[in-house]
Amino acid sequence: MRPAGRSETESLYFKYPKFPAPNRAQWTASENAAPVAIVGAGPIGMTAALALANGGIRSVVFDNKDTFNDGSRAICVARPSFYILEQLGAVAPFLAKSLGWTTGRTFYRGQQILEFDMPDSADEKFRPMYNLQQQYIEQFLYEACAASNLIDIRWQSEVTDVQDTASNVQIEVTDPSGKYLFDAEWVLACDGARSPVRKMRGLRLQGENFEGRYVIADIQMDLDYPTIRRALFDPDCRRGGTVLVHKQPDNIWRIDYQLRDDEDEAHALREEVVRDSVAAVLKDIGHDGPWELEWWSVYSANTLALDDYRDGRVFFVGDSAHIVPIFGVRGLNNGLADAANIGWKLAWVLNGKAGPALLDSYTPERRGATLDVFANASKSARFMTPNTHGWTLLRDAALSLALTQPYAGQLANPRQMTAFTYGDSPAVLADDPAFDGGPSVGALLPDLKLEDSFLSDRLGVGYALICFDDALADSIRDRDTMNQLQVVSLFDHPRALQHFAAQPTSAYLIRPDMHIAARWLTSSADMIFAGLNTVTFNAKDNQ
Amino acid sequence: MTQAQLEQIYASLARKVDQIGPECSELFLAKLALSMAHAWGDVDGVERCIVDAARSLEAE
Repeated sequence: MRPAGRSETESLYFKYPKFPAPNRAQWTASENAAPVAIVGAGPIGMTAALALANGGIRSVVFDNKDTFNDGSRAICVARPSFYILEQLGAVAPFLAKSLGWTTGRTFYRGQQILEFDMPDSADEKFRPMYNLQQQYIEQFLYEACAASNLIDIRWQSEVTDVQDTASNVQIEVTDPSGKYLFDAEWVLACDGARSPVRKMRGLRLQGENFEGRYVIADIQMDLDYPTIRRALFDPDCRRGGTVLVHKQPDNIWRIDYQLRDDEDEAHALREEVVRDSVAAVLKDIGHDGPWELEWWSVYSANTLALDDYRDGRVFFVGDSAHIVPIFGVRGLNNGLADAANIGWKLAWVLNGKAGPALLDSYTPERRGATLDVFANASKSARFMTPNTHGWTLLRDAALSLALTQPYAGQLANPRQMTAFTYGDSPAVLADDPAFDGGPSVGALLPDLKLEDSFLSDRLGVGYALICFDDALADSIRDRDTMNQLQVVSLFDHPRALQHFAAQPTSAYLIRPDMHIAARWLTSSADMIFAGLNTVTFNAKDNQ
Repeated sequence: MTQAQLEQIYASLARKVDQIGPECSELFLAKLALSMAHAWGDVDGVERCIVDAARSLEAE
């Protein structure tokens, strides 16, 4: 919502583009089909399109709006998402505009009870978290899509029907000049929490709702405070409630405040009530200068997901497949990981480089990640918005103790997003029990600082093999006549063996999404190529 | 005690308080404090915890 007198896309700092509908007068038959149709040109749909284009696959993206999203307002982009953006060639504007951060501070009744730092080191190419408004996220992804000749985004184009045919999917598109049919081998439903495609397929999200409701408001003000996320428990401005404060680019600040159970939502969302509530928060954090109200909305914490993210030739990606509470900042980040995951897998299958069974690993990997988010977010939600006598009593006891006992403050540590480990996925091998430490199979590759670059810079866009001995590396390159592997030898990097708990004979097989597909403490070329065939479902016994 | 262990105790206590209900939780927590003090055996330590837990009970 916007203040009275301003339209829905009239922002204090962002100019929303207005995209025209496609001009179909010039179209040939080739405009009515593509290997992949993507429903929704939000951050998830555009990321999926970029991941497909990375693998050389053409897609058409349909969106019923004529501009970027104004309703959804993710602001925290986590480190694993930056790796995704980098691999898609889109990270530069994100790094230039966003605000990186590592620190959070938690206050109880105005007194700081916890300061935490998220894991970070010189081996990490990116910071643990970056704040950036969703409009910029969409703008930067759009610019990357527009630069690709494999991506066709059609605005003002609503998908109004999805039907399976004998071998493909036929969708009906409605735009200002009428309806037309479009054929695709695969459909990615990236159409958000209220996904029309999900309804067309007769599917429902399963799970539960939490009690807590939050108002989120963006304001513009000059405030000299670093990019540190602040959580205020039981502050003067909202007795018994919780408030979150985040800094964003362009002097925009995000204020989240919890509504009491007895607070009427419609009343709480009235402009003058939002203004009073925000003013009270600003008084608490010591800002007495001018500020302007940019936008506000309300949300509640839900843990809902589809039982299967795949329905035949339709995949559900992002919020259409799952709705998570905001406390772990995983709504957008999980969606980007979904999009990158299905994007590279579809590209590999469509290119004939992997067997179609690779696609069956999408649900276990990404739904597994969602269930992991649910477990963590439920824990956070019980602390942020406890909904029973017992959880409230213990939360209040922890906060009160934390005023004098730092250990109790750690109970308020949210421990935000880390990438999910696909240890049980069919698209990875079982871990090698001979390893004593190091990153396990299924984990996101932990980056390593080399002389003038990072390990992640040397991986390429396909599968990569990290080894620690030049002779092994050369023997793999000699045998790799199909050019299936980017071989990276770390033999001259003394810290590499320790980083990977490796020996000179060891090898790590890395997937296109930087997750570890397999590792061998004592490897051979035979083992490595057999393993690659297994995880790409090309081995004969997998067909 | 590790952070994970403390969180486990936190959750066990919250669930038990919910299970026995608000009317009995004060008695439950007093019994728990006495039995833990007895098991710990450090009189001065318990007295310090009593003083500490009594701080900051009301909003100022």
